[in-house]
Amino acid sequence: MSWVVAGVNILIFPGMFFLLVLGLAGQFVDRKLYARLQSRVGPPWFQPVADFFKLLGKESVIPEEADRRMFVMAPVFALAAVVAAYLYIPLWSTKPIFSFYGDLVVVLYLLLIPTLTFFLGGWYSRSIFSTLGAVRSITQLFAYEIPLLIALLSPALLADTWSISGMTAYYQAHPWYWLFNLIGLGVALVTLLGKLERVPFDAPEAETEIVAGSFTEYSGRHLAFFRMAIDAEAIVSSSLVAAVFLPFGLGLPLWLGIIVYLAKLAGILFVLALLRTVFARLRMDQMINFCWRYVAPIAFLQVIIDLVLKEFL
Amino acid sequence: MSDIDRVVTVPIGPQHPALKEPESFMVDLRGEKIDAVRIRFGYNHRGIEKGCETRSYTQDLYLVERVCGICSFSHSTAFIHAVEEIAGLEVPVRAKYIRTIIGELERIHSHLLWLGVAGHEIGFDTLLMYTWRDREQVMILLARLTGNRVNYGINTYGGVRRDIAPDMMPEILKVVDSLEERTKHYIELAMREQTLIQRLSGVGKLSKEDALFLGTVGPTARASGVDRDARRDDPYLAYPDLEFKVVIDDHCDVYGRTIVRLGELMQTYSILRQLIKKIPDGPITVKAPRRIPEGEAVSRYEAPRGEDVHYVRGNGTEKPERVKVRAPTLANTASVGKMLEDGYLADLPIVVAAIDPCFSCTDRMVGVRESGTESRGAGRKTMTWEEVSRYGVEWHKARGLDFSSLGIPGGIEA
Repeated sequence: MSWVVAGVNILIFPGMFFLLVLGLAGQFVDRKLYARLQSRVGPPWFQPVADFFKLLGKESVIPEEADRRMFVMAPVFALAAVVAAYLYIPLWSTKPIFSFYGDLVVVLYLLLIPTLTFFLGGWYSRSIFSTLGAVRSITQLFAYEIPLLIALLSPALLADTWSISGMTAYYQAHPWYWLFNLIGLGVALVTLLGKLERVPFDAPEAETEIVAGSFTEYSGRHLAFFRMAIDAEAIVSSSLVAAVFLPFGLGLPLWLGIIVYLAKLAGILFVLALLRTVFARLRMDQMINFCWRYVAPIAFLQVIIDLVLKEFL
Repeated sequence: MSDIDRVVTVPIGPQHPALKEPESFMVDLRGEKIDAVRIRFGYNHRGIEKGCETRSYTQDLYLVERVCGICSFSHSTAFIHAVEEIAGLEVPVRAKYIRTIIGELERIHSHLLWLGVAGHEIGFDTLLMYTWRDREQVMILLARLTGNRVNYGINTYGGVRRDIAPDMMPEILKVVDSLEERTKHYIELAMREQTLIQRLSGVGKLSKEDALFLGTVGPTARASGVDRDARRDDPYLAYPDLEFKVVIDDHCDVYGRTIVRLGELMQTYSILRQLIKKIPDGPITVKAPRRIPEGEAVSRYEAPRGEDVHYVRGNGTEKPERVKVRAPTLANTASVGKMLEDGYLADLPIVVAAIDPCFSCTDRMVGVRESGTESRGAGRKTMTWEEVSRYGVEWHKARGLDFSSLGIPGGIEA
């Protein structure tokens, strides 16, 4: 692969630019669905783009007490980590841009970085609301991350490989095996709500309690990049879930493959929007209870299923 | 980890997204738990009581109506009752019924508003959107009956300023029927939706003894088992002729307050049906004197948020000597500190919201004129309610938002 092709792949298609466009489109789909489910009209299609550019043009205030460098770097790190993770996920074929043995673990770690930047950005803002939001972010991380990890790793156990590309190839060779992982899919969708800090797990940015949590002091382009990173994170983690749990339609021609991929994404986004419509926000303690008492055991059940199946298949 | 015992002070207010008007709650936190709360008032002082003393009674009526945007009718009626008692005015029966109808419609819109706000405070925005959409029906109805969505201006000394036309009665019943259906849905929701129950039950506990000791009023007190309602205990307006139940509950928490308010909504629908059946014909006003004689009076009115008390002293002139307003929120604030004891920070917004603090709303004024003309004269247009509604729908349609597809009940289809 020449450097030019690699550069185009990383920066434009299907890398960063494509991801950011998808992120904004995903935000629109989410907002529109959320609005329609609440019997509202919802925003026009270009609203996320307009919001982004408007924020870019606004003044960026950095609190005097904040640690300037950390404050500015946090959103950049969040976006960079998310974009990097996207390069390792197979989208419409079994071959992502880059792949090596063990990239599943790397992607999971890269997807952890945004949450850490929420914590660092909030912590170094030094405002009381940001600090509380930061602490809640990191507390919540310990509740959802482990069920999410277990859920994503169990299909890998069945496929006997730690590379996402290898997993998709395995499920491509055994077309209906993905149906064994439906429990894991459910767990992943629920914990994704925690990762993306959405209702019912949006305590870290509960506006009626702690204003905007970690993002309280952010404004202007720093906030714009944070929001962009969150939108992109939604797409990347949905793509990861699609690649791991819905590994079908990967050998199709490019245009058809893209349509199948977008349909999978839309389906996942719809479920996420539906879930955040029908629930009230859980308190921190209730959230942690819920994740450890119900979600984690169910995720372990998935592991056991996959281990048993591996013996017999 | 000695830091765990460190107390962090979080300022909730005077400016905070959870509060719709400026108030200050300084919360001492240990982790996520509340250690102590210090409440401070006075950010919204407008000098209305003093203002009343320097204005005539007629002007005062409109000033008092603006104490609160949501229960404006409660304040205006409580004030007018006190003045009418001093002046010895006997209000015609039909006027009493009209006042009761408006008062009960106000209760519907206030309780539905509360349900939505409560949903928002616990992060259940879907409930907010649904209840406020339903509430729109009663807002439109109030605008059609009185001319305004809030601050109805229908009271006048000795009666009411507008009669309710006979053809409006079925309209009221239509709204009542539709809202009763919706309220039943919300009651079912409150009984079954798990995240809602988890967030509301056991939160903001207030025992009956504490409620009595702290002088709690209204639905907040009734949810703690205090059987008290000025409409039944000290009947005024048309309430002596009506049959209704005072809804009480013994959950003593925010969940109980939700149940009480939903139950009161169901009672209000039955009250409105009785009112429309029984409303007599006759005059709607008697002539009132400009000078109110010497004397003093206290009046009690069961506002949606609890008992509203007004005190007026007249000195034989056109202006009152003293006016004192005790809004229900003031009576309930003392109990907020008690409710928050040992609670979580996450529960603070809903506990504060559960007493339904009186949010001062701003008045609404829309002038329509052709571009390039003066606001008075030839360019000035008078619009009917239907035209205003259609204008709103089309204004947004031209900008890419099609509200007509929502089919807002009670609204006008474009």
